[in-house]
Amino acid sequence: MRLVATMEEQEASVLRGLVGEVVQMLDGREAESPADELAELTGMRTGPSKRPEDRVLARLLPDFTMEDADLAAGLRSLHEPSLIEAKRDAATTVLRGLPPRGGRVELSVEEADVWLAALNDVRLALGTALDVSEETPDSFPEDDPRGPHLGVYHWLTFVQDSLVQARLSLL
Amino acid sequence: MSAPLSSPTTQVDPDLDEDVAGDTPWQAVVWNDPVNLMSYVTYVLQKVFGYPEPKATALMLDVHHKGKAAVSAGDKDKIETDVAKLHAAGLWATMQRT
Repeated sequence: MRLVATMEEQEASVLRGLVGEVVQMLDGREAESPADELAELTGMRTGPSKRPEDRVLARLLPDFTMEDADLAAGLRSLHEPSLIEAKRDAATTVLRGLPPRGGRVELSVEEADVWLAALNDVRLALGTALDVSEETPDSFPEDDPRGPHLGVYHWLTFVQDSLVQARLSLL
Repeated sequence: MSAPLSSPTTQVDPDLDEDVAGDTPWQAVVWNDPVNLMSYVTYVLQKVFGYPEPKATALMLDVHHKGKAAVSAGDKDKIETDVAKLHAAGLWATMQRT
């Protein structure tokens, strides 16, 4: 079973740019990880124990618990490296699958699952940056500099929801 | 959560907290947020936990209407793994003691 979509050149280009930005943010976060000799010897990585200060990264990598700050720090340190890797792998799959000049995108069910996660990360990043809330309008006033970005956000919402509906019909 | 096309019209037993909680020490909680789509949250709950569609939809509606829902319960290791999977999918999830 394959899921098929078509994308304009400009749409593919916008999506490529946004996915690339998410990858850059995740790379930057990863570079903050403490150097750890034990990790280099054992291959077991540990991430930072503190929540990202950047609110977009903090939304992409939320705390594991609100009950206990020490537990949250420990779980972050333990799980963040593999979460960053999973998100980056998903983003890379999208970047590889986007047709350079637009056109047909054909996904297996497994690829569709990966695309959905990556599209969601892009919407989380853009939605957080735009302060999207339940009350966010379809468009901002004409002179609002965020206007074009909100248009892209709503377009991504449409793309993701279409792909979810197609994927749900195969579950 | 937001619904770009249409909201679900059938509501199936929205209060499943006790159903997943049982007699277990930890639970994974999904919180409402303005970005994640209702359809996507339902899909993630079906895919991550293997829940049938009516149960996934009911839990999603709990998140949407009550602000949060316990979506799985078990020992600490299991719930830690569940929360990591939910984070990988981009849901806002935390773990707490029952």
